[in-house]
Amino acid sequence: MYRYGTETTVRLINRRASAVGAAPVTAGVTVRRGTGAALLLMAPFFAVFALAVLAPIGYAIYLSQFAQRASGLGFGGLHSVWVGLDNYRRVLTDSTYTSSYLHVLLYAVVAVPLVLGLSVVIALALDSAYAFGRRAAQLGLFVPHLVPGVIAALIWAYLYTPQVSPVVKALSSWHVHIEPLGPGFTYPSLINVVLWESLGYNIVIYYASLQAIPREMAEAAVVDGAGEWRTAWHIKLPLIRSAVALTAIFSAIGAMQLFAEPLLLSTAGSTGISQDWTPNLYAYTAAFTRNNDYGAAAAASIILAALAAGLSYVVTRFGKPWRQA
Amino acid sequence: MSLSRTEPAPSGAAAPSRARGRSGRRRIWTPSRAAVNTLLLVVSFYTFFPLVWTVFAGAKTAGAVQTGDVLSLRNFNIVGNLRLLWSFQDGIYGRWFLNSLLYAGVGAGVGALICVAAGYAFDKYEFPGKERLFGLVLLGVLVPSAATTLPLYLLAAKAGLVNTYFAVLIPSLVNPFGVYLARVFSAGYVPNETLEAGRIDGASELAMFVKLGLPMLRSGYTTILLFQFSAIWNGFFLALVMLTDQHLFPVSLGIYELNTSLSSEGPALLPVVMLGSVVAILPLVVIFISLQRFWRAGLTAGSVK
Repeated sequence: MYRYGTETTVRLINRRASAVGAAPVTAGVTVRRGTGAALLLMAPFFAVFALAVLAPIGYAIYLSQFAQRASGLGFGGLHSVWVGLDNYRRVLTDSTYTSSYLHVLLYAVVAVPLVLGLSVVIALALDSAYAFGRRAAQLGLFVPHLVPGVIAALIWAYLYTPQVSPVVKALSSWHVHIEPLGPGFTYPSLINVVLWESLGYNIVIYYASLQAIPREMAEAAVVDGAGEWRTAWHIKLPLIRSAVALTAIFSAIGAMQLFAEPLLLSTAGSTGISQDWTPNLYAYTAAFTRNNDYGAAAAASIILAALAAGLSYVVTRFGKPWRQA
Repeated sequence: MSLSRTEPAPSGAAAPSRARGRSGRRRIWTPSRAAVNTLLLVVSFYTFFPLVWTVFAGAKTAGAVQTGDVLSLRNFNIVGNLRLLWSFQDGIYGRWFLNSLLYAGVGAGVGALICVAAGYAFDKYEFPGKERLFGLVLLGVLVPSAATTLPLYLLAAKAGLVNTYFAVLIPSLVNPFGVYLARVFSAGYVPNETLEAGRIDGASELAMFVKLGLPMLRSGYTTILLFQFSAIWNGFFLALVMLTDQHLFPVSLGIYELNTSLSSEGPALLPVVMLGSVVAILPLVVIFISLQRFWRAGLTAGSVK
């Protein structure tokens, strides 16, 4: 549901989340022949996979063990020196790096429950007998998901700028003075952008899982005298629990990758967001702004990859929401 | 396997099929009904307000946007803005747009085919180490590409590929989740008996994929393509890291750089940023609305029991 930095994986993961209740891939009746054909069919995927995923990870692990040092007397310019795990030590003891994790943690603690909670409530409302225009709503609410993350953040950055924004103006005419780009509004402003981007997407996923609930179940509840509200709370909500759990996990992993939105708000003048406010921004800044410190950038990337992969592995392995219906 | 249908449900069939078909009866306003619809109205307003504002801003003069005179009927300059959009810096916006089409079109078109071939092979063939290999694919889903993009840049810099079309195009082809999805689709849509019949007729394994498997997986292919297309079209970080030549920029990066330059260059190109944003959103909206049955199939793949 979040679209930070490199969108692809986040979306992939989210779509995996949406395949909640997907029957686990089963082999079925397969035929023990044609291994050659199988490998041939898989070759293109594994070729690009090796090139664009495995090789970079390997190279980053290698690079993270080297640092640029000036050679003796400073005449020979810079050269690479093997430093073992020193880059990791350097990055992990850098308070900027550790606080970047603190930022995304604080952000996730508020944003994830807020986004998912609202999405669930709205999906249930949409699924209730009371709602008008379900199809139009479903289609319309999905539109922000089609807006590139940078452009969404850009639009909101203008809506946060006092001279430009009709929202800030309207609020101040009611004597509510807000300063969305000021230091006190860092988290609310950022969370609002992500909320806007991801609300409809989550609603559509939950609504789809709600639609998949056998109608007899809801009917039985009605026959037993439960009203719409009680049916929603006691019957429907528990049945989409695993969809919610999965989107929660992947939203949390998405939070670790925050990049485009804070970058844009920071260039728009948000005073609370520094150049290395999230782990991803930290790695980017280390590579491109801070003297091409590739060793630190590689180490920071590896730590981020390991943390995200570890988190999702643990959750999918032991949480098992992915196997439940 | 649950995916026994050969085609995703037509879009109309999904929504009103449940027992909520009370629309025939006269609607009675109750507090609950009012609460639910008020909530939906508020959410719709929240969703559409920024979009409407952007459409207006794209049709106005730079001065009007800067002074906050956007949601009014004054100071329109639609034709001037359009002309500026297509002409500034020798029409570079058009170039960005075509670049985005190239990255997303080729990346998703070829990428989804690669996924379908691999997913089909994972589903239909048995060989030693298969599940271990599939575990590698799932690892690719777990490792966020945000974390591999910088290493990818460092590698591309070493290989001299930075600032080329390939630097964005090749990584865009990789879609491990697409392989997972293709395996699920293949198990649901391609009956093993069909392949058995093909073998009896003496067809080669590859010919069977092309002539039997691929046509049956057409809707699965479209679903994977659709999501990969939108992921690449909306992508930003990869292009930001890989490209400095603005002739290679996709539209999202172009607008970002242009917007950043406004603070030093002045607001003359502000309408380009606004109108350019609107134009950049349009293709996906059109594609998703016209192919909505496929994205619904993608979102609910597997929840169809």
